[in-house]
Amino acid sequence: MKKILTFTLPLLILSGCSSSSIWGWYVIDPRTNTGWINIKFLISGMGDTILISVIAATISIILGLLVAMPGLSNRWPIRMINRVYVEFVRSIPLLPMLFWVFYGLPIIFQSMGLNVPIDPFWGAIITLAISDSAFTAEIYRAGIQSIPKGQSEAAQTIGLTYSQSMRYVILPQAIRRILPPLANQFIYIVKMSAFASVIGMQELTRRANELVVTEYRPLEIYTLLILEYLVLVLIISAGVRWLERRMGADER
Amino acid sequence: MPETAIELVGVNKWYGTFHVLKDINLTVGTGQKVVICGPSGSGKSTVVRCINRLEEHQKGQILVDGVELTNDAASVNRIRSEVGMVFQQFNLFPHLTVLDNLTLGPIKARGMTKKEAEERARHYLERVHIPDQAEKRPGQLSGGQQQRVAIARSLCMEPKVLLFDEPTSALDPEMISEVLDVMVDLANEGMTMVVVTHEMGFARKVADNMIFMDAGEIVEHGPPEEFFGAPRSERCQKFLSQILQH
Ligand SMILES: Nc1ncnc2c1ncn2[C@@H]1O[C@H](COP(=O)(O)OP(=O)(O)OP(=O)(O)O)[C@@H](O)[C@H]1O
Ligand SMILES: [Mg+2]
Repeated sequence: MKKILTFTLPLLILSGCSSSSIWGWYVIDPRTNTGWINIKFLISGMGDTILISVIAATISIILGLLVAMPGLSNRWPIRMINRVYVEFVRSIPLLPMLFWVFYGLPIIFQSMGLNVPIDPFWGAIITLAISDSAFTAEIYRAGIQSIPKGQSEAAQTIGLTYSQSMRYVILPQAIRRILPPLANQFIYIVKMSAFASVIGMQELTRRANELVVTEYRPLEIYTLLILEYLVLVLIISAGVRWLERRMGADER
Repeated sequence: MPETAIELVGVNKWYGTFHVLKDINLTVGTGQKVVICGPSGSGKSTVVRCINRLEEHQKGQILVDGVELTNDAASVNRIRSEVGMVFQQFNLFPHLTVLDNLTLGPIKARGMTKKEAEERARHYLERVHIPDQAEKRPGQLSGGQQQRVAIARSLCMEPKVLLFDEPTSALDPEMISEVLDVMVDLANEGMTMVVVTHEMGFARKVADNMIFMDAGEIVEHGPPEEFFGAPRSERCQKFLSQILQH
């Protein structure tokens, strides 16, 4: 069965492209009036996808640093704080975490007498930020630990405190090893932001779903959806590579 | 006997079960120069690193300027402000210019103004004979120049004691003397120095006290004439004959 599929599937798609009986590109044909309206409807989700991703990434970058710090301690109980957070958060699948934040967290707030409604926008951001922070924390930790011990020792011998040594000696050097993987992580967030559609956020994926329901043309619409993400990710990758080149050039 | 700058009394240290320092007793008077030598792994670096608390000892006392080293933050800060350190690998900050390497400590740890700190930095760069490299990055300098910058960086904190851990071991032979010359100058100006080195010519020239360590113990010590003239222990004799051969 599997064999048959792997042989016939490419053929099917190839023939499908040419035979108009399978593909109905008219739903998103920019030359027709409805096609153009449909395309605009789909692409207008881009703004929310980008906004959610950027805000979530920003929070994750700050949160990750806060989580990484205890991981660098030479006392194990403090290191444990980092390990427990990273292992715990890393093991929660995104979708259940999203449900927990969106449907569960407001109940906790209510029980504390707080009226903090969580809308789909912030629900998605909180979930993405927390989920991603476990990974950014590991990126920070690895970057900071890659700086030779002699650097912090030299900083100590000229009287710098721990935070001064971090700020003026270690982080400026670690940043060129941290930034490229951090930017890469942004790609992960953009892709995972598609889950926000499940709680009603009208971003790229949600809009595609809605259009499929009215147009009954999943093949064309989801193909376009994939292309939308592809373009976004390609732009970000180009940015990451530019960043890597700049960092590398600085290194001498 | 001059006033005491550093005193180690019965210092012991373990790495896990490995007994790395065994009952180290050592007194360094103000203005004295002590040279420590010994085979690899004998604990020379560990002694020096304990003196400025880069490592912790588990038993015994270390006093710097009469104040005992404890875990108390104030005591550690005091040590750091009085004891400078020069490393084998220089440990300059590669992302900062030479000038910024020198002014970072005075500005951030001592609260000096940028102007004061830069004046001081240029003064010490001149002292180590590289006044014209202030704007360069460490990576653009030769090893010998980098080590002299590292010495200047320590001097900028105006320490009472300078520790050196094999300051010339990472250098090409032709650069060793330019660093040793600077160290001899410092010695002649009365700086208190503890130097781990195998440069016996330097040791003969400046040392007030020679220390030979092996397997975590001070096996032999004494003024250089005695030390080089008639080493008593067999281990020290063997070590010296090996090292003086070339
Ligand atoms: N962090 C550490 N953990 C465990 N053992 C260590 C550690 N640092 C040093 N040692 C061990 O302690 C011993 C003494 O080390 P130390 O660096 O003081 O020797 P040294 O005399 O300076 O040697 P070298 O001439 O090679 O620099 C060595 O056997 C070394 O392997
Ligand atoms: Mg050593």
